[in-house]
Amino acid sequence: MKLLSLSTPDSTTCYLSSSAFLPSHSNGFQNLASTFKFSNNQARCIRKAGATKVTAKFELKPPPYPLNALEPIMSQETFEYHWGKHHRAYVDNLNKQIEGTDLDGKSLEETIVIAYNNGDILPAFNNAAQVWNHDFFWESMKPGGGGKPSGELLKLIERDFGSFEKFVDQFKLAASTQFGSGWAWLAYKENRLDVGNAVNPLATDEDKKLVILKSPNAVNPLVWSHHHPLLTIDVLEHAYYLDYQNRRPDYISVFMNKLVSWEAVSSRLEQAKAVIAEREREEERKRREEEEKSTTSEATPTPEIFADSDTD
Amino acid sequence: MAIRTLFTRKTLTSILRNDPNPIVAGIAASTQSRDLHVFTLPDLAYDYGALEPVISGEIMQLHHQKHHQTYVTNYNKALEQLHDAVGKADSSTTVKLQNAIKFNGGGHINHSIFWKNLAPVREGGGEPPRDSLGWAIDTHFGSLEALIQKINAEGAALQGSGWVWLGLDKELKRLVVETTANQDPLVTKGPSLVPLLGIDVWEHAYYLQYKNVRPDYLKNIWKVINWKYASEVYEKESS
Ligand SMILES: [Fe+2]
Ligand SMILES: [Fe+2]
Repeated sequence: MKLLSLSTPDSTTCYLSSSAFLPSHSNGFQNLASTFKFSNNQARCIRKAGATKVTAKFELKPPPYPLNALEPIMSQETFEYHWGKHHRAYVDNLNKQIEGTDLDGKSLEETIVIAYNNGDILPAFNNAAQVWNHDFFWESMKPGGGGKPSGELLKLIERDFGSFEKFVDQFKLAASTQFGSGWAWLAYKENRLDVGNAVNPLATDEDKKLVILKSPNAVNPLVWSHHHPLLTIDVLEHAYYLDYQNRRPDYISVFMNKLVSWEAVSSRLEQAKAVIAEREREEERKRREEEEKSTTSEATPTPEIFADSDTD
Repeated sequence: MAIRTLFTRKTLTSILRNDPNPIVAGIAASTQSRDLHVFTLPDLAYDYGALEPVISGEIMQLHHQKHHQTYVTNYNKALEQLHDAVGKADSSTTVKLQNAIKFNGGGHINHSIFWKNLAPVREGGGEPPRDSLGWAIDTHFGSLEALIQKINAEGAALQGSGWVWLGLDKELKRLVVETTANQDPLVTKGPSLVPLLGIDVWEHAYYLQYKNVRPDYLKNIWKVINWKYASEVYEKESS
């Protein structure tokens, strides 16, 4: 499994909670499969509290570069507050909120989906999602970033938005028109139906496409079915106020031109596709099994009836 | 007829004028569109630096000249587009514009109140209300201290950006503390709610000075709250 090249190695006391995560419960869980894999450096760390009690805690993960690495575009001071204070507060408050609750011991992705509670948001949601969003945001940038993506990603961008320039315009528009606090996203969307037992026809690659979305406050694509997040920009004012004050459009432009890590975005796309392919293979296998079962169960009774009537 | 409010009385009369010639009426309407009321940034009753050290002059200037001005500009823009869309009977654009109108119009309404809610200390900022509003606060919340604590707690807990309000429910004749998201005005929480006091808890309202510590901003702002204005509104609306 190819990991996101930007991820920092986890400390040895941590383990990867995502490896134990099996998406199963609700629709919302299905698309987690992709996200936990490329964010599997999101570690849960076990600390011994006292001699007997073991508690699981989320830890504040540092950005995959020094805090001054994005100067002067994103200042060290901004990082000291944005990562050192805001992100840390989300982590600390989340740990306090979940201690001793049913959410204690769950992975971050599970916590987000459970606490989202199909839109009837539980208190832990904001902190859990903000922890995840900020991890994802730091990894969406790199020193000397920006420019243009290449390969498969560029091809998809051109296919789904017309051109890279049109994509940039749309992404900027989404980020600048998020009224209030929130995030703008590029996501890879599967075209699937979630209603009851809808039969999803075998999806082709053309059914999956790149989409631009915006979300209020802490909400992220993990809570929407079949959206695999690839890129995000934080448009809460704290993300840019020290460097750009009210000039949000300038911050968004410079983020696109000089900060985006297209390697990270490409790598996330690759991961999403791998996860989708794996699940489709699994579904196909199940479908065949079902088919075989039904053909056998249709075929078997017939001779039995004959057999019965024979013995009569 | 919500659209009515968007026109000045003069414009409205000329549009509603019964013109027998539809072509002439059309021309008249498009000429009249220049009469569409244009909102402007209200002046502050004090200098940008007059609320220091509670709120820095830099914050006040950016907040007023940049943020509030942008809401005004975009509100006017949206109203003009709405006027065009209504004129062309373009319902989908009319409906689509509602978000921009609510956000920018709300931003204009809220900030216009906010500036009046503040006053320099030497002009009475922070002086507690000792009139009928003071009585009502004691009755509904126990004490002014208790009210301040409640507003601070709700303001600090508000996720993302928004406002925390002390309002008067004109129907139930009681004071309420409410929060609204983004630039939603208080009236979105109930048609009988009148804002007496609104505190902006968007990060732009305090970030340059208080950074991530919103509770400190909330704790300090009471030193420059203009209770006289809140009392006047209360008197007027509760009589
Ligand atoms: Fe942030
Ligand atoms: Fe504001």
